[in-house]
Amino acid sequence: MSILVFIEQREGRIRSVSHEVLGEASRLKASLGGEVVAVLPCAVDPGAVSLGALGADRVEVVTHEAFGVYDAAGYTRAMVQAIEQVKPAVVLFPASSLGKDLAPRVAARLGVGLASDCTALEVAGGGLVAKRPVFAGKALQKVGFPKAPAIASLRPKVFAVGGAAGAGVVETVVASFDATAKRARVARMAAAAGGKLDLTESEIIVSGGRGMKGPEHFELIEGLAEALGATVGASRAVVDAGWRPHSEQVGQTGKTVSPKLYVAVGISGAIQHLAGMSSSRCIVAINKDPDAPIFKIADYGVVGDLFEVVPALTEAVRKLNAQQV
Amino acid sequence: MIQVVCIKQVADTETRVKVGADGKSLDPAGVTWIMNPYDEFAVEQALRVKEKLGAGEVIVVSLGGAGVATTLRNALAMGADRAIHLKSEVVADSLQVARALASAVKATSPAIVWFGRQAMDDDAAQVGPMTAELLDLPCVTAIATFELTDQNVTVERDVEGGREVVEVGLPAVFTTDKGLNDPRYASLKGIMAAKKKPIDEQPAELGETGLTVLSLELPPARSAGRIVGQGVDAIPELIRVLHEEAKVL
Repeated sequence: MSILVFIEQREGRIRSVSHEVLGEASRLKASLGGEVVAVLPCAVDPGAVSLGALGADRVEVVTHEAFGVYDAAGYTRAMVQAIEQVKPAVVLFPASSLGKDLAPRVAARLGVGLASDCTALEVAGGGLVAKRPVFAGKALQKVGFPKAPAIASLRPKVFAVGGAAGAGVVETVVASFDATAKRARVARMAAAAGGKLDLTESEIIVSGGRGMKGPEHFELIEGLAEALGATVGASRAVVDAGWRPHSEQVGQTGKTVSPKLYVAVGISGAIQHLAGMSSSRCIVAINKDPDAPIFKIADYGVVGDLFEVVPALTEAVRKLNAQQV
Repeated sequence: MIQVVCIKQVADTETRVKVGADGKSLDPAGVTWIMNPYDEFAVEQALRVKEKLGAGEVIVVSLGGAGVATTLRNALAMGADRAIHLKSEVVADSLQVARALASAVKATSPAIVWFGRQAMDDDAAQVGPMTAELLDLPCVTAIATFELTDQNVTVERDVEGGREVVEVGLPAVFTTDKGLNDPRYASLKGIMAAKKKPIDEQPAELGETGLTVLSLELPPARSAGRIVGQGVDAIPELIRVLHEEAKVL
């Protein structure tokens, strides 16, 4: 009854979201028994030996020169081969951009179901039950798996890193697949990786809405975000108006986020926006309208002109940072 | 060139979700049904490719009950040539939908198969890549740009902290992200023309389920917190509560 975990690496580093998935796998092992087997496709081993302490009993490093970048067909093949060999009860992926692309292919190849973007897993009656937000978080669905293996992808920033350490035995295998077959190929990265943190992986988010009055005023949001070490988000209205890129949109048709702190600035709180951020641990709203729906879900609200409040807040955060150094 | 666009009818984004009597699905009462917004980008891009080439056929496919026909008509009104309605009264899971679509799509021998990156109801983001695997076609998910030269396509997709540039030959499957294009509205002429375009009804070949839905529930309601204060005078107190109470600073 092993648990198999896909490990995501990019540019020679294991991504932290994989540590989270490994942590959950080691917790599941307490109920399911068996081993935690990590499968790490890569061109050059980015440090498989570190995964034992994070919960892996075995790490299978699958190398291929094409694996320096994400190779959908090759990764799918490597995962399917590992699953057929290990015959795990459960297979886990991160619900990252890569994981969301890869997991459905693997499930389809095996002819089994996949629970995407799960926020909780439990073992009930000997089988895996996955809890996942649907309608961008307006509702929660629980699903079971009629056929083994149960495959799930786990939402970033939800599962804790670190469970019981595993044996951490590393084995290296060379991937065998036809690299000349017709397939999609990542030619290059257009923007530097490791730069801006993605919203879904951010601890703190500062979002601006229509109350910002124009794209030029987003420097206020960026200033506050910088002081807080936060990532900038946006409401659908401002993305549709072309003020901000779609990658920053929070809500239905954008991203669903659960940061430690979410600061909503000049966002009234349309239902589709609230769906995407109401699982945040702490919500702060700044809005001039005391009746704005956002205040109904915010932990802390400030009623006032954001053009005065945001610069003052930025200054106060900077002062606090200086004291804490 | 034949292009197939797979679309889904979903509840509008303004929907307040209520759980149905079975405790497992959305209560459909009072719900406004629309084309999944991500699928609109797929329909639009297929139409642009056809317009650029000056020839070809755009076929839209959807799976579901009788109500789905209205969404297919919308796509026909935008400019698609014909539609296939895979009829199913049961709520199918992603694997089942992918199976049914793969079998229907294969018969049309398309150069490009389009999907939205995810449906706004179940948020699974699975059917596109699953269908591609079942068809044994390469697939790029969540594309933000699309460029076709001859039989080769270059696309970009957002990943954490960057953007991948991906090259792929046709035939291929793509799933579309918001920002790829601005979907057109159906013109009056388009709406009139759509009435005469054929919708071919076929039974959906679902096969066995991949997942068992056990329950659907609403998340715990978030209670309103408190207004810390008015304007800049509230800042010291806000900093204090974030630091001392919420411990997030």
